[in-house]
Amino acid sequence: MRAVITVIGKDMVGILAKVSNECAEHNINVLEVTQSILQDMFAMIMMVDISKCDIPFTEFADKIGKIGDEMGLSIHAMHEDIFNAMHTI
Amino acid sequence: MLNERDILETITMIQDENLDVRTITMGISLLDCCHSNLNIMCSKVYDKIHRYARDLVKTGEQIEKEFGIPIINKRISVTPAAMILASCDDRDAVKLAKTLDIAAKECGVNFLGGFSALVQKGFGPGDREIIEAIPQALAETERLCSSVNIGSTKTGINMDAVALMGKAIKKSAEFTSDKGCIGPAKLVVFCNAPEDNPFMAGAFHGAGEPDCVINVGVSGPGVVRAALAKAGDDIDLTAVADLIKKTAFKITRMGQLVATQASERLGVPFGIVDLSLAPTPAVGDSVAHILEEMGLEICGCHGTTAALALLNDAVKKGGVMASSHVGGLSGAFIPVTEDAGMIDAAKCGALSITKLEAMTAVCSVGLDMINIPGDTPADVISAIIADEAAIGMVNSKTTAVRVIPAIGKKVGEELDFGGLLGGGPVMPVSTYSPSKFINRGGRIPAPMQSLKN
Repeated sequence: MRAVITVIGKDMVGILAKVSNECAEHNINVLEVTQSILQDMFAMIMMVDISKCDIPFTEFADKIGKIGDEMGLSIHAMHEDIFNAMHTI
Repeated sequence: MLNERDILETITMIQDENLDVRTITMGISLLDCCHSNLNIMCSKVYDKIHRYARDLVKTGEQIEKEFGIPIINKRISVTPAAMILASCDDRDAVKLAKTLDIAAKECGVNFLGGFSALVQKGFGPGDREIIEAIPQALAETERLCSSVNIGSTKTGINMDAVALMGKAIKKSAEFTSDKGCIGPAKLVVFCNAPEDNPFMAGAFHGAGEPDCVINVGVSGPGVVRAALAKAGDDIDLTAVADLIKKTAFKITRMGQLVATQASERLGVPFGIVDLSLAPTPAVGDSVAHILEEMGLEICGCHGTTAALALLNDAVKKGGVMASSHVGGLSGAFIPVTEDAGMIDAAKCGALSITKLEAMTAVCSVGLDMINIPGDTPADVISAIIADEAAIGMVNSKTTAVRVIPAIGKKVGEELDFGGLLGGGPVMPVSTYSPSKFINRGGRIPAPMQSLKN
């Protein structure tokens, strides 16, 4: 099972470290990372493997969302299927 | 492989453009709860609803979090109450209404639909009891929604029922005048009512439906408006229609995903996805604003019906390939008090009931959530219903009337319900009398269109 973590906001030191650290803590493997600057905003997208995640994914999504709130960023962790459903036929 | 642009598009749709799944509605058949003793039947009704739907809200919330899609409402629809009430010796419909309300509350859903009667051709056992009890039932319950089907293309229009419903709407407003006339906001009068509609207040679980089923209603007017805004003013209407189709496809795919997930997790068959653009009073979630984005100065001006026809058709064409089963109302909704753009248009006088009536000929529902003067006579309300039903009957489509007589208020004053039901100005209706026509009663015969065999 895979999920997509998106981070959108103002660029700052330690975003990647903080998010990947949280993933490692819950046994989530990072498969792919892309990042870009989009309309002056930092946008990072991580594809992660959640099949061995040690807490329910909904709980992880909450946690990572809260980290985003603390850093003033918008962080979402969403199941991959939503993107596949919407953008592939 | 997913690309970055697609991922960010989805995030923007959800975060900034109010993309959501409007409702997961669990349809539950109550036919096996019939009993000649009302008390026994009520306890069977409560038990069955509770047994089937107790995990509905929890499951919905789980899907919401896992997929990051807001699911605004979790709701229940049940077999039309008149069908099961018919089995009782004592047909106290209000008692059944209260049972349904308590079951809804216990399951944590915000609305339960199905305090309904299907009387398009005449009154069966239980039907009159339900219709007579509607004003009191809606006044004494919180989450119950009611609907009555008074006509269809196949049967024509039951004008005796139309006359009764005008009175029921008026009385329902009077009974709830201390609560902002909320009663009639939970009461829909249909022609050609769909039996698998997930949207309130008109949802009920039809007799041909399985024991239990999951139906999903999508939303997303904000997404469509934003897509049009990004495309700019230079594209022609063919390109506008194409763009709406593509957007509707994406919205519906999301609905289909939620529907299949909910159905798997609850162990209940998937019924349909309702391809509807359902607005809310929130900024950026308005169907009227889509029409304005197409190039109308304000919703309600000449050109509105054509723009809405284009929108409604494109939403269906885009959505139909995205879902394995499409049903319900499927189209654009135009509830006045629930749509920020419609409220503005009604306030400044650009949008009238006559224009709305024309719009209902080309979109999915009917005269929906319209505040009318509190002193409107019941037979005028009946005539409004008859006009709408005629449009539905002749065009083989669903039409409905949900008007709210604002007791004690006059044209231009405002009536607010709060929440998803919104609020808006009291709109003028014709004051000339249709009384004699309505009081003739009888049935308007089914049109030629009904003879398709």
